[in-house]
Amino acid sequence: MIARLFSLNTIVGIITAGIRLATPYLYATIGETLGQRSGLVNLGVDGIMLMGAYAAFFVTFKTGSLALGLLAAIVVGGLMGLVMAFFSVTLKAEQGITGIGVYLFGLGMSNLLFQKTLGTVETVSGFPAIHIPLLSDIPVLGPIFFRHNLLVYGAFALVPISWFILNKTTLGLKIRAVGDNPEAADSLGVSVTGVRYLTETVGGMLEGIAGASLSIALLNVFQENLTNGMGFIAVALVYFGGWRAVGALAGAILFSTVNALQLWLQVIGILIPPDFAIMMPYVLTIVVLAFTAQRVRAPAALSKPFERGEG
Amino acid sequence: MTDQISLQQRRIERVEMRGIVKRFPGVLANDHIDFEVRAGEIHALLGENGAGKTTLMNILYGLYRPDQGQIAINGQVVAIHSPANAIRLGIGMIHQHFMLVPTLSVVENVALGLPSSRGFLLDLDVVTERIRHLSQTYGLKVDPAAMVWQLAVGEQQRVEILKALYRGADLLILDEPTAVLTPQEVEELFTTLRRMAREGHALIFISHKLHEVLSISDRVTVLRDGRVVKTLPTAEATREDLARLMVGREVLLRVERPPVKLGDPVLRLEDLWADSDKGVPALRGVSLQVRSGEILGIAGVSGNGQRELAEVIAGLRPPTQGRIIIAGVDTTGWSPERLLKHGLAYIPEERMRDGVIRDFSVEENLILKNHTDRPYASGIFMNFGKIAEYADNLIANFDIRTPSRDTPLKNLSGGNIQKMVLARELSREPRVLIAAQPTRGVDISATEYIHRQLVAQRAKGTATLLISEDLDEILNLSDRIAVMYEGQIVGIVDQHEATVEQLGLMMAGAHRT
Repeated sequence: MIARLFSLNTIVGIITAGIRLATPYLYATIGETLGQRSGLVNLGVDGIMLMGAYAAFFVTFKTGSLALGLLAAIVVGGLMGLVMAFFSVTLKAEQGITGIGVYLFGLGMSNLLFQKTLGTVETVSGFPAIHIPLLSDIPVLGPIFFRHNLLVYGAFALVPISWFILNKTTLGLKIRAVGDNPEAADSLGVSVTGVRYLTETVGGMLEGIAGASLSIALLNVFQENLTNGMGFIAVALVYFGGWRAVGALAGAILFSTVNALQLWLQVIGILIPPDFAIMMPYVLTIVVLAFTAQRVRAPAALSKPFERGEG
Repeated sequence: MTDQISLQQRRIERVEMRGIVKRFPGVLANDHIDFEVRAGEIHALLGENGAGKTTLMNILYGLYRPDQGQIAINGQVVAIHSPANAIRLGIGMIHQHFMLVPTLSVVENVALGLPSSRGFLLDLDVVTERIRHLSQTYGLKVDPAAMVWQLAVGEQQRVEILKALYRGADLLILDEPTAVLTPQEVEELFTTLRRMAREGHALIFISHKLHEVLSISDRVTVLRDGRVVKTLPTAEATREDLARLMVGREVLLRVERPPVKLGDPVLRLEDLWADSDKGVPALRGVSLQVRSGEILGIAGVSGNGQRELAEVIAGLRPPTQGRIIIAGVDTTGWSPERLLKHGLAYIPEERMRDGVIRDFSVEENLILKNHTDRPYASGIFMNFGKIAEYADNLIANFDIRTPSRDTPLKNLSGGNIQKMVLARELSREPRVLIAAQPTRGVDISATEYIHRQLVAQRAKGTATLLISEDLDEILNLSDRIAVMYEGQIVGIVDQHEATVEQLGLMMAGAHRT
């Protein structure tokens, strides 16, 4: 049994699954990272993902167009990000509570719409795997990296893109400044409100795509509470990754690989009670967070509403 | 690029503020203020805390909108709606609390909010070059690649000035720029400011420190209670004139210390050792005694163990070795509560953090230390009538300026908060008083008041340990002066034998010979 676990095929299988499963975490974690770098905590990620997943699935199911489905997820996610921004930036509401509200809204609304419009679990044919010529034929590495669907590639492309935007552009500088000292940014004519609306809306779009990656690319179904708390793991991964795109990548892959491993353990029937197996990735997240929590400083203005002329 | 535009097209010659009125709820912060500054001059804006200096300048910088009045640049009326607006007009401001992003580098802080020569992409190399150029022109030494959180306070201030110059500021507003600097850094800053004035910049220097205003400015405008009292050339002003204009009455810049008969030693420290927050020894064998009716001043550059000394005596930090004896009783390791019942009063250095509860009312803050004592409480019930009476008494006796005893403490000015702390501590008739930086950030009339109270307490026989970084204050109030350096007392001198030079040498670690 142990021998089966350590066979090449098994290892390749686990890593490939890990890469695939990292996709929703990557979109959601990078989306949340953008918002947090500008000083906004959004605990509603899971709700936004659910709405994105539903919108993508429903539109694809009705129209047969994956592109329209993806677009629907982006629009719905962006709108929910906008709502979140309206509460936390304009109304200066407590962000943790607002986020929980957005989560519960997304959870309930996606299920209500699911019941009213679909009623039963249907399937769609999701984004097909794209075998990259030549590269996908490399032994071992080919199947692991180069035989995925578009949304998987997109998630991984997002890592360098978001790093570049945050560190090499004027916009990125503004985002980082607004998250660490909004008063300073404001005194230089940077619109704190504008930057935060932008990051939260784009973050919402990415979280919408995270949902879509489940419903029309990886699982190709929609059902009640499809995400099962993934959005909250994504928030934890932001801290795990130290508010960096590369850190988000490391966190997403570690988490999803352990997740893939526990699935395999169950499939091949290693004698661990399934409840413990399912716990593994979550326990790992807590352990790693406990050891890394003090390593990197959070953006100084995180979760604090900005008010001009105070203090 | 910005340089050329500002040099050729819109160089500021004269800025006038006419009839500026600004109201805040319950306060008339600016009451028809006329103010003018010209290119090439350093114009000091002098006034006590709350006189309206910062409000006026925040209006000029577009952070506030005036309720009435107008601003004219070179005779032309302008509307300044936002800081971005002010920057475009050539106005820069160095705030009292630096507006820097600590996690960004110097060059990133300078580039923030500016259009890049490469559009969407940052052009930090171009910005770095221009910073180097400006640094040389104005003598502002700073490493563009350094992270701001790693810089000393003086360097951070240079980054602020560079930020304004980089944006082509012709008029620079400096809000209490010396408050956080060491004497050497103040000199460097003044050299830079004079150089900028020679280059044709207009400078507004906000301060309440008389000697600085006298030494740096060309003209002074004095504000009091939101109004202009007078504008005069600095050459025609004296320290006493300015103090009188600022406060509205004669001010005693020195407090009389009548002779007092000294009693027994009330506070005795024997070979006291303690660790700092970082776990390294901050006190390394401090021994001293303070007698009843005596003020012992502790002088020294900040960070030489003064804070730890105060905290150890107040029971807030455990000593690692040595003994503390108060009124003949060994109090080493006592809890703060037991110590205060034993007659110890403590005015902490960080009053907002350690001395008060910001969101509590004045009354609640005043009763904090005896809220369980009769007659203010019986059993678990508080006697609000007695507490109110007690609070009103202290508010009147200690001249605490507050709308009412129910006002949240955070709404009071720094000077009045300190008077509240003083009232609470002194009203308990302490045997020993630890006063740490009692007048830091406090305006001139509150300082005068606090000094008089400390001297009055001395006459009542309290043994006072006065810890201060302000040498004038130490020399003014103390009977004896101990100098701390690296956790040790390097020497103790009598007040009338002490000179600033000698104390300065001891503060730098030279032992008394």
